[in-house]
Amino acid sequence: MKLLINGAERVVADALRGMAAAHPELRVDVERRLVVRRDAPVAGKVALISGGGSGHEPLHAGFVGPGMLDAACAGEVFTSPVPDQMTRAASQVHGGAGVLLIVKNYTGDVLNFDMAAELVEEDGIEVTKVVVQDDVAVTDSTFTAGRRGTGGTLFVEKLAGAAAEEGAPLARVAEIARRAADASRSFGVALHGPTTPAKGSPTFDLPPDELELGIGIHGEPGRERRAMLSAAEIADVTVEALLADYPASPPGPLICLTNGMGGTPLLELYGFHAEVVRALDERGATLARSLVGNYVTSLDMAGCSVSLCEVDDELLRLWDAPVSTPGLRWGH
Amino acid sequence: MAGQTAERDAAFIVEWLRASTEAVRAESDRLTELDSAIGDADHGTNMRRGFTAVMTTLDAEERATPGGVLLVAGRTLVSTVGGASGPLFGTLLRRSGKALGEAERVSDEDVRDALRAGVAAVGQLGGAALGDKTMLDALLPAVAELPDYAAAARAAEEGAKATIPLRAHKGRASYLGERSVGHEDPGAASAALLLGALFQVSR
Repeated sequence: MKLLINGAERVVADALRGMAAAHPELRVDVERRLVVRRDAPVAGKVALISGGGSGHEPLHAGFVGPGMLDAACAGEVFTSPVPDQMTRAASQVHGGAGVLLIVKNYTGDVLNFDMAAELVEEDGIEVTKVVVQDDVAVTDSTFTAGRRGTGGTLFVEKLAGAAAEEGAPLARVAEIARRAADASRSFGVALHGPTTPAKGSPTFDLPPDELELGIGIHGEPGRERRAMLSAAEIADVTVEALLADYPASPPGPLICLTNGMGGTPLLELYGFHAEVVRALDERGATLARSLVGNYVTSLDMAGCSVSLCEVDDELLRLWDAPVSTPGLRWGH
Repeated sequence: MAGQTAERDAAFIVEWLRASTEAVRAESDRLTELDSAIGDADHGTNMRRGFTAVMTTLDAEERATPGGVLLVAGRTLVSTVGGASGPLFGTLLRRSGKALGEAERVSDEDVRDALRAGVAAVGQLGGAALGDKTMLDALLPAVAELPDYAAAARAAEEGAKATIPLRAHKGRASYLGERSVGHEDPGAASAALLLGALFQVSR
């Protein structure tokens, strides 16, 4: 597989150098792999820190800026960052109102963020952690590491980021984050596995006439392999799995993120979104807002995920609040 | 088998970690290959990066005690590996180091007790038990054999191989369910390398 890189060892550092060049509104520490909003620390504002393995861009560094994250810590490709990165980020963005850590539910991420949280607390900074676990494809939580954090992370970062920007205290921002996490559901489908720079070939092989249902975002295979389906059929399977997981049928108004995994053209993604909206409508669900694009990706994986977030008036207002980041920008 | 009176110093631990580093480097591709079957194909790369950093740190400044060497090695793994392996292998070494305390020389029984404490800490941190298809499947049977280093290395090796028919219940491999069966756990394979290196330097 041909990749547009200088070498596998340099991929993350090179990308951060590029972010620094493209986004003067961010402070990028290439060596320590930190991306921080330029005006940090913002006095009196709760600071939001997230991070994770690289390869999911624009998540997380692309969501740093007013109305969303204060800092993002980039790990190696598909590998969580280390505690030192989070503690350094906390010292740079802490504005006196505490720190909220937004963590995707993977064993490595949780362990590293937990260690970081302890160290940050020892420094006398108030810290709260919210774990995102929105992937409904993981049904057997007793015998697994639990549901994975995927596309719903965008909802949590956006909604909690808006609350923090409005000046809400830490307990309130954390509550919004938890509500957003609890209200989010995701389900993903792969048509082709991702190519990690280190391996140079897809992490799993899919025959041309098959698709993988219930995939994660790290190239791990999904829960089931099936003969290839049409966009309409994939939308039905996906929406069915998502809605079945909400306690109420149908749930309240929904924000729908139709997300590309990195290797699927927007032409296909919009066509798929039309089918998702049709499938939601047929099941009596109300669409409040849509977002379509590549937001929580898995390198060059072809395929998509759908993330839903059940919202009330308050969450919807926070969704509509201004945001100004490289990856998400409106209302300014 | 090692004798009751064997005295191990800081240099012994450094040599163990050096032999571990060499083993991890030599087997890095195999570890990554194992990880690509049930994970995300980076375990060998991450472990190699971590242990290389450990040796850079240890070679830069001499430490007086076996415990001190393990503490700094564990911290270095935590701050360079990432993923689950960083905190877990880092905790293994850090907590073993803590258990050895300030002594400049320790017996093989001390090493045994320290590694048992380290392995217990790994179990606590990761929440896994024997049979969950994790590094513990190599570590638990191995530390049970200590201070017999040869038997411990053998038990770790067999424990790693015994993960092949298991279904993963922890970590990223757990998402595969039944599809995790038939593959050796990369973390257990790495743990077996460390125990093999320990045997190698104990002779």
